[in-house]
Amino acid sequence: MLGQTLREVSAALKQGQITPTELCQKCLSLIKKTKFLNAYITVSEEVALKQAEESEKRYKNGQSLGDLDGIPIAVKDNFSTSGIETTCASNMLKGYVPPYNATVVQKLLDQGALLMGKTNLDEFAMGSGSTDGVFGPVKNPWSYSKQYREKRKQNPHSESGDSDWLITGGSSGGSAAAVSAFTCYAALGSDTGGSTRNPAAHCGLVGFKPSYGLVSRHGLIPLVNSMDVPGILTRCVDDAAMVLGVLAGHDPKDSTTVHDPINKPLVLSSLADVSKLCIGIPKEYLVPELSSEIQSLWSRAADLFESEGAKVIEVSLPHTSYSIVCYHVLCTSEVASNMARFDGLQYGHRCDIDVSTEAMYAATRREGFNDVVRGRILSGNFFLLKENYENYFVKAQKVRRLIANDFVNAFNSGVDVLLTPTTLSEAVPYLEFIKEDNRTRSAQDDIFTQAVNMAGLPAVSIPIALSNQGLPIGLQFIGRAFYDQQLLTVAKWFEKQVQFPVIQLQELMDDCSAILENEKLASVSLKQ
Amino acid sequence: MAAPMLRWGCRGRRWALAWVDGGSCHRRGAPTGSTSNRIRGQSSLAQQPLRTAQKPRKGEHKWAAVVGLEIHAQISSNSKLFSGSQVRFSAPPNSLVSFFDASLPGTLPVLNRRCVEAAVMTGLALNCHINKKSLFDRKHYFYADLPAGYQITQQRLPIAVNGSLTYGISAGKERGQVIPKTVRVKQIQLEQDSGKSLHDDLRSQTLVDLNRAGVGLLEVVLEPDLSCGEEAATAVRELQLILQALGTSQANMAEGQLRVDANVSVHHPGEPLGVRTEVKNLNSIRFLAKAIDYEIQRQISELENGGEILNETRSFHEKLGCTVSMRDKEAKQDYRFMPEPNLPPLLLYDATSLPTDADPQQVINIDQIREMLPELPSVTRERLVQQYGMLPEHSFTLLNEVGLLEFFQNVIKETRAEPKKVTSWVLNIFLGYLKQENLAVSESPVTPSALAELLDLLDSRTISSSAAKQAGVQWCDLSSLQPLPPGFKRSASQVFEELWKREGKTPGQIVSEKQLELMQDRGALEQFCYSVMKDHPQVVMDVKKGNPRAINKLIGLVRKATLNRADPAMIKEILEKQLSL
Repeated sequence: MLGQTLREVSAALKQGQITPTELCQKCLSLIKKTKFLNAYITVSEEVALKQAEESEKRYKNGQSLGDLDGIPIAVKDNFSTSGIETTCASNMLKGYVPPYNATVVQKLLDQGALLMGKTNLDEFAMGSGSTDGVFGPVKNPWSYSKQYREKRKQNPHSESGDSDWLITGGSSGGSAAAVSAFTCYAALGSDTGGSTRNPAAHCGLVGFKPSYGLVSRHGLIPLVNSMDVPGILTRCVDDAAMVLGVLAGHDPKDSTTVHDPINKPLVLSSLADVSKLCIGIPKEYLVPELSSEIQSLWSRAADLFESEGAKVIEVSLPHTSYSIVCYHVLCTSEVASNMARFDGLQYGHRCDIDVSTEAMYAATRREGFNDVVRGRILSGNFFLLKENYENYFVKAQKVRRLIANDFVNAFNSGVDVLLTPTTLSEAVPYLEFIKEDNRTRSAQDDIFTQAVNMAGLPAVSIPIALSNQGLPIGLQFIGRAFYDQQLLTVAKWFEKQVQFPVIQLQELMDDCSAILENEKLASVSLKQ
Repeated sequence: MAAPMLRWGCRGRRWALAWVDGGSCHRRGAPTGSTSNRIRGQSSLAQQPLRTAQKPRKGEHKWAAVVGLEIHAQISSNSKLFSGSQVRFSAPPNSLVSFFDASLPGTLPVLNRRCVEAAVMTGLALNCHINKKSLFDRKHYFYADLPAGYQITQQRLPIAVNGSLTYGISAGKERGQVIPKTVRVKQIQLEQDSGKSLHDDLRSQTLVDLNRAGVGLLEVVLEPDLSCGEEAATAVRELQLILQALGTSQANMAEGQLRVDANVSVHHPGEPLGVRTEVKNLNSIRFLAKAIDYEIQRQISELENGGEILNETRSFHEKLGCTVSMRDKEAKQDYRFMPEPNLPPLLLYDATSLPTDADPQQVINIDQIREMLPELPSVTRERLVQQYGMLPEHSFTLLNEVGLLEFFQNVIKETRAEPKKVTSWVLNIFLGYLKQENLAVSESPVTPSALAELLDLLDSRTISSSAAKQAGVQWCDLSSLQPLPPGFKRSASQVFEELWKREGKTPGQIVSEKQLELMQDRGALEQFCYSVMKDHPQVVMDVKKGNPRAINKLIGLVRKATLNRADPAMIKEILEKQLSL
């Protein structure tokens, strides 16, 4: 039951094969078993059980609220949840309990979804590994999968034990791990430069970033307001579409959401053939750092479309290489601004120093933010200085426009959907990952995903196959703005063709006590 | 545009700066010698300009002051600029604070339509170009009453630009003349107000009230076309009247709904502008004028003594009547402006650009707002002058006193008396009484109806007033400052005084109780005339000799004998008859 898709379990609930409370308890117990993954920061057990109870009543009375009624979901810990601590994995917000729900959270709850908990992330979503949060790194469930372990046994150089566990990618790694480890059926992530798609690719999930303006950001604690989008992590494309159908739509509380962009409920048709489709392959995305394995899978995917009758053409997005540096300026500038409110006065962390307001601000912010956040605040404030604004911020905005226009030109040339890799490589071991600093990592890992956020386009990462190491690899489809449905329809067709294998975690379930032992050691060393 | 020039020793024009005359005959402007000396620790500064004035050296004797204003007007609206919280003055602390106002993480601004309409309306009234596309920006600084760490404002592309504000200065040689002057409006921008910090020095803590945080403000930026405190004060007063007429702001300075910062510099005409200072904390129009005039003089004195002006922020100290440097604002701020990413560009439409399928709830039509503009104060004044034949200066007074115009119009509505007479009564007697007791129009014990009835009694000659006319004293002409005629004092004035006592009696009741009616008994009056002629044969002789003024003396004597209750016209007629003239 736990390995099913959202759509399948929804049907099971409707048919009474399982009750919401049973389902909720199963998930809760799995959350406990997989605690060592560090996927959740807060498990809202009581809330979830109460919601399950109410859902059960509705089912009994034949008053189900719809497909999501009774479905366990998880939410990244940068979405405000009324009455439930929301930390952004930062000291700054430890103990902060929002008095309101983010619009997307409220919409899920209004449909009867069960909130299992708040998932782990990089502090304030700044990162690409889910390794830089104050609650420690998230472990990729695939580290413990039968598929990966078997491959590893074949490799004589691999160490035994848990020390080479893999990162999930980020920053929505907790959400990805939560869905991947079957502790819930869908999870909300956020996506500013790839934070939903990247961990989805590393965890073998569908990671969908909707068009900017399609889904409300109200209640999402911002990273970069002009690029943030709530993301959706599910096990299949249909599930993502179902959740999108619930979330999409104008929100009076978010002035950047548009009116009536898509039809609801969102049901994807099954494409019979792709002969009318034109798939664009951006040539700039073929970079030397791309692993040969992913490159060949990318090319096989293109061949697949071509062999099924689609037109596959090479397109150029000439300003792609400027994306990273442009993003750096825009992102840090907005970060500097958005983080200004965390001053210790009203909520969150406050230092003990009280000699003056300024001294209190300084100490609070030094204690509250990690190096990554502080570094971005400093950079951003530098770019926004009067003397630098024109040279950095304004130029970056112009480059952003050029990048967005690249996509417009590609789509205007007749391309329906772009096909690209999602990541440079499969998930890497944590010890490998932390050899580079956060900034370098983010710059590398966002390379294929970031430009989409600059342009506000919809994009989805679809797991295509397992690597030689037995780890998931995802490819990304990018669509025209507000053509989310078309994008997902193509993705669904592709998903059906590739038949990505289900993660085999039986070993993990049986073996988790042994893993827990190792976990303790790992976390001790981390906290130093 | 050059600022009007100030010359040492220039006298006579009320708005000319006061200290140039050494403070000897002007009421305004300069701080008194002792105060200023104490502040600056220099004893003879106040006199120094006078000496310069007597022996001006070429190129050194002329100073021009350049004054620009930044005016923040709180928008009169039910809710805040970007949130649904109520806007109310003096509510319990932190009782009007939404999640957004408190800057809870994840909250987003939602623009209040009413505030945009108020900005457009104000822009139109100030002859501005309304930008059909305007943008919002973040202005960053850390302060306890600014919870987000930034203020949302319109730095790059404000909603209205390039307007003008015309105001009138009482000046000129002729009485009642008002000289129109214009100051350019650089721009009007929509922005958020901050909260309030209350510093408790005793316990060394700061308390923050966020009720005001996020209230919509119109920042009106005036170009530096002003040259003295009075010009600034009059311009601000005119803006205040316009805002109140539009209903876009209550513009009450005492409640902080209108706040003015002044940028002041001095220079020699023809030379580059001097270094400017910013004067803050100006919470009444009177202090505004005082602070600016003080600051101009301070800068001149400083420069004349070889000092220099620092580009700094100064605060006006009400009790000392001077400006003092604000040390905490000394550090130069870099506000690190950036576009507000959560608000799309604000688009406005007019009749030609309005999309046909637009939802009226979602768009703002500038032309529609233009049609809704009420009568502006300048038009009201012109109408008053045309309709009631009053002097321009009187129309200014009627508008400047809160509620006075309405009072005047209500009296006009209810009385048969001539508008000129009403004007005179309202502006001379009524306003005089109010000023004497320091009352607002709304606090007046005399209602418009009572005054109207009193004026009717005058008009119907139930009480005396024609006596005044007979004597040639046009007391209803406000251009005259002569004492009121004796007849008035005995009757109408007495009735008014009784009314003022708040005893709830109507003018009619007072007249009959106090026996203030004119004598209507012709026989009795003939008797009085006869006695007076008999007692003053010499005067009678003078009349008969043809001295034209003698008859007036007889009339006066008769009126005195009747305790001023007789109609002088009737007395004259009887006397003429008895004297067979």
